[in-house]
Amino acid sequence: MENRLRLLRAERNWSQQDLAQRLEVSRQSVNAIETGKYDPSLPLAFRIAELFDLPIEEIFVSPSTRSSKAI
Amino acid sequence: MPRSAAWTRYNWRTIWLSLLYGAFLLPAVYGFKHHLIPGGLQYVAAVLPALPIVGLFIAMGRYLAEERDEFVRMLRVREMLWAMGFTLSCATIWGFLDSFGLVGRADGYWIVILWYFGQGIGSIANKLTLGASAR
Repeated sequence: MENRLRLLRAERNWSQQDLAQRLEVSRQSVNAIETGKYDPSLPLAFRIAELFDLPIEEIFVSPSTRSSKAI
Repeated sequence: MPRSAAWTRYNWRTIWLSLLYGAFLLPAVYGFKHHLIPGGLQYVAAVLPALPIVGLFIAMGRYLAEERDEFVRMLRVREMLWAMGFTLSCATIWGFLDSFGLVGRADGYWIVILWYFGQGIGSIANKLTLGASAR
């Protein structure tokens, strides 16, 4: 799933490891989410949203929104 | 591959169960070879080495239940699915070859060896499909 995680992390000068520690996940998890290779569960998506103090939809791009825009 | 606390616990359980396997297997092999085990006890001596192997499968289940990192858990589940598919495929193919008399019988414990080999294939598949995230 497309997302703005890398951008949000860069804005705060956090490494993937920093973000992983804040989310209590592995650095590999952060890498997989950032590169769109893994879609986080709803609880983890909420943790990410709460950490950045943003609504989920401002971090993750809904696949249906993306496909409708493409049409 | 990330090393979580659950993964460390799983590794320790695997080490202890492997030691227990050796502790049960060596006396059983010696006892059977030298005809030291009487009648009914032969069943006990034969089954004892299998129990730590059963324990390995329980340890895998406990690991999946204890792993808190959902991405890492997904990697492990994918490896186990590869292992299951590989093991069942090998067993099925061997079964048909055996049924038509083309190969000899194989000892059942090969299933476990195939399973771990299948997990290795799964690990490679994870690295190929997920790249740096799976390392």
